[in-house]
Amino acid sequence: MRRVYMDANATTPLLPEVFEAMRPYFLEQFGNASSIHQHGQQARAAVEQAREQVAALVGSRPAEIVFTSGATESDNLALFGMMVEPGAHLVTTSIEHHAVLHAAEQLAERGFALTVVPVSAEGVVDPEDVRRALRPETRLISVMMANNETGAIQPVAEIGRIAAEADVYFHVDAVQAAGKLRMDVKELGCDLLSLSAHKLHGPQGAGALYVRRGTRLAPLFYGGLHERQRRAGTENVAGLVGFGAAAGMARAAVTDGSMQRVAAMRDRLEAGLLRAIEEAGVNGPTLPGARTPNTTNLWFDHLEGEALVIALDLKGLAVSGGSACASGATEPSHVLLAMGVSDPRARASLRFSLSRLNTDEDVDRALSLVPASVARLRALSPVYVPAQAAGEQPGI
Amino acid sequence: MAASYNNTIAVAMSGGVDSSAVAAMLRAEGYDLIGLTLQLWNQRRLAGREGMPEHVQGRCCSIDDVYDARRVAEQLGIPYYLVNEQARFERDVVKPFVAEYLAGRTPIPCSLCNNHLKFDQLLQTARQIGADRIATGHYARNAYDPVRKRWILTRPTDRAKDQTYFLFGLTQEQLSRTLFPLGSYAKPEVREMAARAGLALARKPDSQEICFILGGDYKQFIEAYLEEQEEEMPATAGELVSTGGEVLGEHAGIHNFTVGQRKGLGLSGPSPLYVLQIDSEAHRVTVGTEEELLRERFYATRLNWISLDPEQVASTKEPVRVLAKIRHRHEPAAATVRWSGKDLVEVVFDTPQRAVTPGQSAVFYQGDEVAGGGWIE
Repeated sequence: MRRVYMDANATTPLLPEVFEAMRPYFLEQFGNASSIHQHGQQARAAVEQAREQVAALVGSRPAEIVFTSGATESDNLALFGMMVEPGAHLVTTSIEHHAVLHAAEQLAERGFALTVVPVSAEGVVDPEDVRRALRPETRLISVMMANNETGAIQPVAEIGRIAAEADVYFHVDAVQAAGKLRMDVKELGCDLLSLSAHKLHGPQGAGALYVRRGTRLAPLFYGGLHERQRRAGTENVAGLVGFGAAAGMARAAVTDGSMQRVAAMRDRLEAGLLRAIEEAGVNGPTLPGARTPNTTNLWFDHLEGEALVIALDLKGLAVSGGSACASGATEPSHVLLAMGVSDPRARASLRFSLSRLNTDEDVDRALSLVPASVARLRALSPVYVPAQAAGEQPGI
Repeated sequence: MAASYNNTIAVAMSGGVDSSAVAAMLRAEGYDLIGLTLQLWNQRRLAGREGMPEHVQGRCCSIDDVYDARRVAEQLGIPYYLVNEQARFERDVVKPFVAEYLAGRTPIPCSLCNNHLKFDQLLQTARQIGADRIATGHYARNAYDPVRKRWILTRPTDRAKDQTYFLFGLTQEQLSRTLFPLGSYAKPEVREMAARAGLALARKPDSQEICFILGGDYKQFIEAYLEEQEEEMPATAGELVSTGGEVLGEHAGIHNFTVGQRKGLGLSGPSPLYVLQIDSEAHRVTVGTEEELLRERFYATRLNWISLDPEQVASTKEPVRVLAKIRHRHEPAAATVRWSGKDLVEVVFDTPQRAVTPGQSAVFYQGDEVAGGGWIE
């Protein structure tokens, strides 16, 4: 069976070029980047080259990049690293990734003050709401650049200006934006910014936190003096080399037209599905430039998205719905619920997220599979009455 | 109608030996399988509340069981998915379970789960994802009888594991779309099959208690659940009285009792005393001797007929001779079922039986076949 992958916001396939760049560091170049001998020096050189490549992706100095194990660690390092003084206040939003929201809730349990700012029906935060949430003791604002569920782009540059005016630190979770949108930490006005390698065709287990020069950050781990004492632990050399290679290619993809091609595929997929399927629509913003080019979140009323995900997977199309709970079962997306989407509709929503490795044939395949599966699910649902049938006039 | 169904079967996998063995058997027979596990209850929800275990592990619906089921599916090379039915389970099983106890009755959550989740929602999901039929690890047998033109549910070979009591609510449609591959095997044989298939969990112990009640204390579960729901425990404290109306003592709430219960009455007397009756209006619990616990007749409602044709039953209204089983561990006893109204029958035992308990089901057998059943009023 030909399998089509449209779940790039969960993870992306590793590019062969990235794998080739990593390969020597699993085998002959096995050194520890902290060692003084030649093995170590080779590893150190590889890590520092990767640091330059990642810095170039976000427009920072290499020394401002702290490598981590991934986005969850980066988000935790940003929040726990900045929220140190007792009584400090944190502002974030209701649509953040759990890596931020659950870290923020843990901080609140430890006695820090927390404000979770709501979002609009399209899933976009209003910078004025962030401004109104500020207090004299506010230490940090954390807002994502683009949402993983809907792709909705958040007004982070405006929030950055608000943060600067108020002299509050600003963290941006840019995991879903990197490689899809142009970004520059100076234009964003942020002090901290989280990145993940595997969302941009790099390997899993590698990430970074941009930490603006002069920002004092408490470490999460204690140990060796790695990463300028901001992240103890032997570097994941092969992973970081892969991250660097993928960052370089992602930077090119943002400007060379690749992402416009992805957006065109996404738009064709979305329009085709909405044409073929009754009682369906888009969650989140749809205006050009209002969301990441690869993402569409669609609702199909009168069905369980969980069953649709399974049905499509069995037919060879990988998409996602909601978020996985501890056991792996699906919970309705907290992002959609925060937007005010009803529980049944949130449960009936699916996310299609493409990457530049998808093809027009993939879109054709999805356009043939999804309407048929939706029809089957609805036909076997005890409560569903088709719109036309329900609206039919007697005698016609 | 033994209709023709496709070759794809969804196996309800709990992570236990029985359903794992079912998957292995059907795989060997060449069916296309999809493994499904129903996520019914979050064991962490009530953890740490008063009287509830702080740490939870290793019970049905637990993350450990999901890992076990997933491992079996991986080993057999079949696709496997979790289906989140927590909301439906809470609505159709947990809330009625709590409400029944608070009304002085003794519920059977397993039957409710079978009726609403396993053979309704699960079958629907299975059909939606392309499987015409489901298979479960229940010990029961089913087959189509072309003479009676009905699907028949029959007790299994292994009488000690007989689960037909919990399956009396199945419709003809559900029976026609369900496989019970373990019906002709004894439990040791099933463990042997699991071991032969190389499944590491072949020696895993059987589950016994109600799956969502850890540690098995339903009273503490009800209290913790009401607290979580921010609902008051209804004040149902009242009197313990003899059959003659003499007040023998006080009790803290009717949900603490079930008909036939002997322990926890706080009474001492010359002979052991048992709960005979629970009056949910007056909050009065009547106690008496073991002899007084015997009942000759009772009513059952919310009926479902399996081997008997309900239309024929309704039109003739002839009394039917059956063996009636009134709780899971009750040996079916000879009885006559008489029609007493729409969706209501009177059941009269030949010999009075101990502890007829409202809220339990009464299942009517004819030989090994399940004729039908209902819920004790």
